[in-house]
Amino acid sequence: MEPKKRVLVYGYGNPGRQDDGIGNEMVNMIQRWIETHHLTCMQTDSNYQLNIEDAEKISTWDIVVFVDATQETRINEYKFKPVEPSEAQVEFTMHAVSPEYVLHLAQKLFNKSPETYVLAIKGYEFELKEGLTDNAKLNLEQAFQFLTRQLAGWALIKKNLPISMLS
Amino acid sequence: MPKKITIEPVTRVEGHGKVTIQIDDAGQVRESRLHIVEFRGFERFVQGRPYWEAPVLVQRLCGICPVSHHLAAAKALDVIVGAGTGLGLTAVGEKMRRLMHYGQFFQSHVLHFFHLSSPDFLFGIDADPAIRNIIGVAMHHKDLAVQGVMMRKYGQEVIKYTAGKKIHGTGAIPGGINKNLSIEERDILLHGADPLNADKMVEWSVAALEFFKAFHKNNKTLVDTFAEFPSNHLSIVRAADGALDLYNGVLRAVDSEGNRILDDVDCQDYNKYIEEEVRSWSYMKFPYLKHLGKEKGWYRVGPLSRLNTCDFIPTPLAQKEFEEFKAYTNGKPNNMTLHYHWARLIETLHAAEEIRNLLKDPDLQNEDLVIKGEKTHKGVGVIEAPRGTLFHHYEINDNDQITLANLIVSTTNNNEPMNVAVNHTAKSFMNGQKEITEGMMNAVEVAIRAYDPCLSCATHALGKMPLQMTLVNSKNEILDQKTK
Repeated sequence: MEPKKRVLVYGYGNPGRQDDGIGNEMVNMIQRWIETHHLTCMQTDSNYQLNIEDAEKISTWDIVVFVDATQETRINEYKFKPVEPSEAQVEFTMHAVSPEYVLHLAQKLFNKSPETYVLAIKGYEFELKEGLTDNAKLNLEQAFQFLTRQLAGWALIKKNLPISMLS
Repeated sequence: MPKKITIEPVTRVEGHGKVTIQIDDAGQVRESRLHIVEFRGFERFVQGRPYWEAPVLVQRLCGICPVSHHLAAAKALDVIVGAGTGLGLTAVGEKMRRLMHYGQFFQSHVLHFFHLSSPDFLFGIDADPAIRNIIGVAMHHKDLAVQGVMMRKYGQEVIKYTAGKKIHGTGAIPGGINKNLSIEERDILLHGADPLNADKMVEWSVAALEFFKAFHKNNKTLVDTFAEFPSNHLSIVRAADGALDLYNGVLRAVDSEGNRILDDVDCQDYNKYIEEEVRSWSYMKFPYLKHLGKEKGWYRVGPLSRLNTCDFIPTPLAQKEFEEFKAYTNGKPNNMTLHYHWARLIETLHAAEEIRNLLKDPDLQNEDLVIKGEKTHKGVGVIEAPRGTLFHHYEINDNDQITLANLIVSTTNNNEPMNVAVNHTAKSFMNGQKEITEGMMNAVEVAIRAYDPCLSCATHALGKMPLQMTLVNSKNEILDQKTK
């Protein structure tokens, strides 16, 4: 049997800015779910934003799921998509980088290319306030249901067991 | 016909800036302005909140340098709870905060140098943007890029073990700290597996300095003259002897010739000496020294200014570099904008040395974490953030609610100097130009970047900060536009 794939769920944002903390909250929920199901091949992490040192972090995992808030008008609730490495240049005085940038850096510096995805969840309010808006909470719940199904699939696929075992 | 060139990074929520360059009919730059939208709502937001919440609340301000705001707020509240201005804390209280602070400095300076600045040095301002980034560094100088990533990681680890957690850390509280450093945590940071240990961080900091100095040696004209202009400089210095002190001290300012224009005054009295001017075209204020007035009283802050105001650096390797730095200008203040990078790397080395020294100090395992004395209703916390001097001022009522908050952040202190730097650069690179080139765009960026302004803190979600430069005529008709 092939070894289980190791999965990192990495949410980022500032929970002091309302829906900007949606990625952090998802990590809290996924962490509880991982502990409940004793999925030792999975871990979570979170931070205010991605940065260059995250290239080293993701290089040690088989699969990485970044979770972030989005204001993208074409996204209604959430969107799950693979990340393609990008050579996007440094942005002015920006002190944070994108998932595409982190993946590209992991390839160039550490010769690693984990299977990488972004789960972008729609947010609405980003003011100085704790807590998600009601609409963001609804989107988060839907995204959580989706992500746990996805994680369950990754956890069980090598065991050839039904996903329902983790529901 | 006058023309305007606009550089406008558009962010999603707050903290964006744009550069407007006015060109007259002869194609000569008439005036340049850097506009920064600064988020000021925080000062109103904290009013009415219990004072002890401030060190955590302020981290909402900035996801880039939350430690600086966290510590500045805690220092202000030390005064309110009767624990003095920082010197009154217990040994473990002050040293844990310093360790946190040096960790923040280290990772922030490293990010700026390796991620934002080194591509300019390695490939040149006019180089193809496809390689003038850290990916380009990775392709051509892989060891240097890996060092940058691992140094960042080490600094973040220091913060994690001192602040308690990465997001909304609670390490500093009014009157002290809420945790010490365990032996296990100390050993991870001091003797961790290569390269994540204190000795390697010092070694790599020295190497980064050598890299910069080699570049400087081969590019003296650029490094010494790019956006060079005389100015005043302000920072805190150690009260007892004028040493570089990033965490605590008195306010000192010198003019461009080195004359003392603010002579080691108590930070609690900052608003006796510093005023903030409001200008109609910018949301961000313009601080200046009151007694010199608006025209002559503006000053620079940050690494360059700190090395211009202090008398020495209290760690041996950084002191050696400081002596070389001072000798370059014959002991006079250094007014060369790109020398911010040199100063920043000397401070990086100083921070690495301080981290190593503190990790060997047994006081970090003491248990007396907090002290309190007689409560007052006003406290000011001033700290040297990586980008420059940071002021937090709070007043409370008898119900322990915050009634007043005033913050002067580093980027605000550098508002006028950044405008001057942009103006110098525009005149050097854009006079007589009819269209925007990548080199011109980056030249303006390089001038601003030297100050490491934090324009886009706190929020960041997907799809955010393109840099747009637009050339328009007096009727606002677009003549040329570049986006990156």
